[in-house]
Amino acid sequence: MNKIALIARREFLTRVQKKTFLLTTILLPLLFFGFYAMIIYFSVNSDEKYNIAVADEANVFNNKLEGDENISFSFVKGEDEQSLKQDIEKDKYQGYAIIPANANILDKINISIVTQKSVGLMSRGKIEDKLNAALEQQRLLALNISPAQLDSAKKEGNIQFSTVEGKNDSGEEIGMSYAIGYVSGFLIYIVLFIYGAMVMRGVMEEKVSRIAEVIVSSVKPFQLMMGKILGIGAVGLVQFIIWIILMTSLNFLLPLIFPQLAAQMHDSNMQNGAMQAADTLKNSGLIGNVNINMPLILGCFIFYFIGGYLLYSSLFACVGSAVNEDPQDAQSLMLPITMPIIFGIVIMTKAVNEPTSGLAVFGSLFPLFSPIVMMARIAHGVGDVVPVWQLLTSMGLLIVGFIFTTWFAGKVYRTGILMYGKKPSWKEMWKWAFRRY
Amino acid sequence: MNILELHHLKKYFATQKAVDDISLEIEQGSIFGLLGPNGAGKTTLLRMITGIFYPDEGEVILDGKKFDPLTDIIKIGYMPEERGLYKKMKIGDQALYLAQLKGLSKSDAVQKIKYWFEKLEMQSWWNKKVEDLSKGMSQKLQFVTTVLHEPKLIILDEPFSGLDPLNANLIKDEIYGLAQKGSTIIFSTHRMEQVEEICDHIVLVNLGRKILDGSVQEIKHRFKEHKFNVQLSNVPSIILESPAFHVAEEKANKYIVRINDGYKSNDVLKYFIEKDLNVDGFNEILPSLNDIFINLVEDTKATTRSFQNIEAN
Repeated sequence: MNKIALIARREFLTRVQKKTFLLTTILLPLLFFGFYAMIIYFSVNSDEKYNIAVADEANVFNNKLEGDENISFSFVKGEDEQSLKQDIEKDKYQGYAIIPANANILDKINISIVTQKSVGLMSRGKIEDKLNAALEQQRLLALNISPAQLDSAKKEGNIQFSTVEGKNDSGEEIGMSYAIGYVSGFLIYIVLFIYGAMVMRGVMEEKVSRIAEVIVSSVKPFQLMMGKILGIGAVGLVQFIIWIILMTSLNFLLPLIFPQLAAQMHDSNMQNGAMQAADTLKNSGLIGNVNINMPLILGCFIFYFIGGYLLYSSLFACVGSAVNEDPQDAQSLMLPITMPIIFGIVIMTKAVNEPTSGLAVFGSLFPLFSPIVMMARIAHGVGDVVPVWQLLTSMGLLIVGFIFTTWFAGKVYRTGILMYGKKPSWKEMWKWAFRRY
Repeated sequence: MNILELHHLKKYFATQKAVDDISLEIEQGSIFGLLGPNGAGKTTLLRMITGIFYPDEGEVILDGKKFDPLTDIIKIGYMPEERGLYKKMKIGDQALYLAQLKGLSKSDAVQKIKYWFEKLEMQSWWNKKVEDLSKGMSQKLQFVTTVLHEPKLIILDEPFSGLDPLNANLIKDEIYGLAQKGSTIIFSTHRMEQVEEICDHIVLVNLGRKILDGSVQEIKHRFKEHKFNVQLSNVPSIILESPAFHVAEEKANKYIVRINDGYKSNDVLKYFIEKDLNVDGFNEILPSLNDIFINLVEDTKATTRSFQNIEAN
């Protein structure tokens, strides 16, 4: 036991003390957010300024059009297209809009906007919004409807879904569960790949540098393998915790640093998926009436994170021990390991929509898929969507699963690590596992 | 007293009887040579002694008790032929890590590393990385990490490969020193001149079987061909002819003669005295281990050991 700890400590320290670890752990989220912020900043804060001449022959706007710091409207009278074009060439205006004299406020109005150069997506959206908003106001005035009347007309009915057991089954909660399930399933998928491959590379390095035999004359091969798996697992856990802390704190900091950014993001019509998710989060409100058991989900996440990692990393270690210098050998042996991970993510995307379907239940019980799939189901609630017996069976099977894979990998590993020469097939490795020593 | 006894060790792999019923005994404090051509089963045998492999059959007795890999590993220092170090790790840390894996406490390990580094003039290496070392330097480091925990049994597989004569001598002296202090050294190689120089006792393995076992002197006598060097004062005018011997080689006044069965060396001398040929030098030629090795191994065609299928049992 002591020796496993010693090996795990070395594996952990050599990785954590590397400059690349600091770089990837701290700089990666910063870089990620930096890019994200920059993209939003540039797309929102385009420094394109537009002063648009509006030749409102029919007076549909009644000289009322609100602009902002980038876009302003100037009403012009008695100018024709020709003179407006000249104005644009002289850079007096950046564009002009002509509303034909026969336009009626209550009909469909064709407004053609001519600009110096092609208008960016953001500015285009803003100009459209502003014109449409002004049109709406004028129409309401023309129809003699007050804004208050309009609001009451638009009021939505309060529709509540619930299950027979009386559980609140609101759409907000479904959206929230969807987001949590998807994100946590995906995170575990990434963990399996990143750290599994790290274990494999570590084992290969030991084999290639010919240190394996020196070490196994002091410790059992199984201790060496377990030490490596646990050490790298600890690296992964630390890295993840740092990432989570950094991401959440940046998430809070970003709106503080760019207050106008957040505001603009909301009134712009460039609402992408991420922001919608953020909206659901905000609307559903963790503190609100939504009944999601966060501690349980977090606990399960950590359990499936560790269980899945142990299950797959020992298989990766076993591949690493079997191959020699050639990374291509590793690729072909890795296929049977990567396939179930990819199947897992496919089943997960289904399970997150239909958490009670047969495929989802199977996926969440079968140990090769359960770390990824079960997270998607748990987010929908333990007790109703996921019966407790299913959760316990899934956890039990996962434990049995990783005990089996570490046993199997340990057997293959002790043969493979001292075997040089040609790459074995999975069939041969299977034989190694059941050979007597 | 025997530090190590092997009783009928067997290890069969899918296509080879790697070790096929080998028994031997090694006396405490001796320097023991394990010889054999490539693929004879030396490494498999050593791996069983160090607990890396379990024997299929037979047992290993270390220090009077049945060998238990978990507790007895600290009594053994093994430097495998395929040896390496963590390239990116600092040398001091590396030695410390390997010593701790053997079971030494940290403070103990540091103290011993300092002692050895000083002895072999390696103090300045502590903060260097292995990738900065030459092959010979890392070999030296390997040796230190092998003997650091003062094992009773030191197993060195080709310890001098890649070392220049100066450093080889340095290591050789350390090996003698360790043997004098009571450590037993198993020395696996196919470099016969080193074996002849260093080892007290040798075992020759071929095709997984032991084919020779004994002290170096005894083996040489066992395989002697009754050849003698004879140096005469003058080139003789007659042709040497006698029932006691025949001439195998001649070069002016130097002869190599082979004594015929039933005669002794004195019979040869008597002949020269009778013929009144003055003898300046007369000594026996013992075969070199190299010759013995080649003779024994060539007969078995071990150079092309073929694969065979062996039923798993």
